[in-house]
Amino acid sequence: MYSQVILDHFRYPSNQGSIENADAVGQKGNPACGDIMKLYLKIGERKNEQGEAEKYIEDIKFETLGCAAAIAISSLLTERIKDSSIEQAKKITKEDILEKTGELPESKIHCSMLAIDALHSALKKYNY
Amino acid sequence: MKNIYLDHAATTPIDGQVANAMSPYLSHDFGNPSSVHSMGREAMSAVKSSRENIAGLLNSAPEEIIFTSGATEANNLVVFGLIRGLEKEKKGQKMHVITSTIEHPAILKCFQFLEAEGKVEVSYVPVNNKGIVESEVLKQNIQDNTVLISIMYVNNEAGSVQPIQQIGESVKNIKKTRAQQNNAFPLYFHTDAVQAANFFSCNVKELKVDMLSLSGHKIYGPKGMGVLFADKDVPLSPIQLGGGQENGRRAGTSNVPGIVGMSQALTLAAENKERNFKKIKENRDLLVNNIKQYIPDITFNGDLETTSPSHANITFHGVEGESVLLDLDFNGVAVSTGSACSSDNLRASHVLLAMGIAEEDAHGAIRFTLGKNNSEQEINKVTEILPGIIDRLRGIAPNIEQ
Repeated sequence: MYSQVILDHFRYPSNQGSIENADAVGQKGNPACGDIMKLYLKIGERKNEQGEAEKYIEDIKFETLGCAAAIAISSLLTERIKDSSIEQAKKITKEDILEKTGELPESKIHCSMLAIDALHSALKKYNY
Repeated sequence: MKNIYLDHAATTPIDGQVANAMSPYLSHDFGNPSSVHSMGREAMSAVKSSRENIAGLLNSAPEEIIFTSGATEANNLVVFGLIRGLEKEKKGQKMHVITSTIEHPAILKCFQFLEAEGKVEVSYVPVNNKGIVESEVLKQNIQDNTVLISIMYVNNEAGSVQPIQQIGESVKNIKKTRAQQNNAFPLYFHTDAVQAANFFSCNVKELKVDMLSLSGHKIYGPKGMGVLFADKDVPLSPIQLGGGQENGRRAGTSNVPGIVGMSQALTLAAENKERNFKKIKENRDLLVNNIKQYIPDITFNGDLETTSPSHANITFHGVEGESVLLDLDFNGVAVSTGSACSSDNLRASHVLLAMGIAEEDAHGAIRFTLGKNNSEQEINKVTEILPGIIDRLRGIAPNIEQ
């Protein structure tokens, strides 16, 4: 039913927790549907390869109430976008996440959408 | 580490005595009971004595025992077979049936199917917060054209025990009244006793049921084996045609090892009923008390005083059931959830929702179902592991802003 990747990330999630004074927070889902994802972002500034200033995700943490897929996907998403520029992070799609999860039951695909939604909600609050 | 199995409502291991009884019929005595030669007759004799034994245990006649491929088929035969059987008599007249909101899909989906086809009207009787159908409420739903009432004996998720005998008594009285009033609609009462046979009487005369379904693999017997008791007067039309086995009520070559195993499993269940009830309840109560003691913010779904002794359905607030299930599984412990997120649909358990439990709480439900081989040490081991699991998952979850 679940790939080893999902099981591993569920058991030992990366970037789990919260960030005090986070620059952006996004939350999606509700208790009635059984899944809630909350992402905390710390936004930093750096120079890109062209030497231009860019904002990037310096740190990211998640808190998730949900099934194994929801927790594992939260972990995968945070790994994927930590250190990305905001521009790169905005372009992440659920397919990018599903590429990493390995086989995922049909009914769990919405979990990956929830993660993307939580990310966009956070970025939107940061005015991007 | 040795696995700890606390999912006996899903399935049970075959008892050694059952396996031994089945063994010769898997290889050496493989004859087809429909064959005329001696090997066939030998197989027929095994089927016949199993049928007589099961009939005795249920207090019915041997010809009222129909062997099926499982309780799902038995339940399908009840609904489709009876309605088809009655359609012949009741041409064009609308028939009404009653069931409960907490039935197994093997009943619910059959009724929903016939309802969608416009063949029957269905009343879905609600349950109280203990997960019990109140017989008075059920009685209020009975109409002049009600032909079938199907209520499960013990609910598979909550373990709630339904007042079958009480309902049977009402049905009996209604049958009498109908006879006096020349109401030509017959009324039949069916119970799905799959989860009951280990602990409760399945004496069909005491229960006053016309039909009763059983499953082999829930009582330490084989999978793919079911029994339907159907009173000889129930006009069941077969739903599977072929060689005319089971008195023409269910075609298909008799599953001889399955039938022999079913018979042995039912015998053992009947012989050890009190002992198993007591032992399993003691372990279940130990589980419940330990959890109460070690884990805050939990709710017991249903009424532990009256549920089946094997069941404890518990909501751990602030976590999702499937996550708990998987973490327990990593530790070698097998349980089940409120069958929400772990199955194909994401809805919370229809049983828990029917009991008035909020959706968010149903998502956090874990069903522990104990069996006769569980030990006190196993229970203590589980309740040693569980607090850490709940802590970890609650730690991952956000604080929900209301």
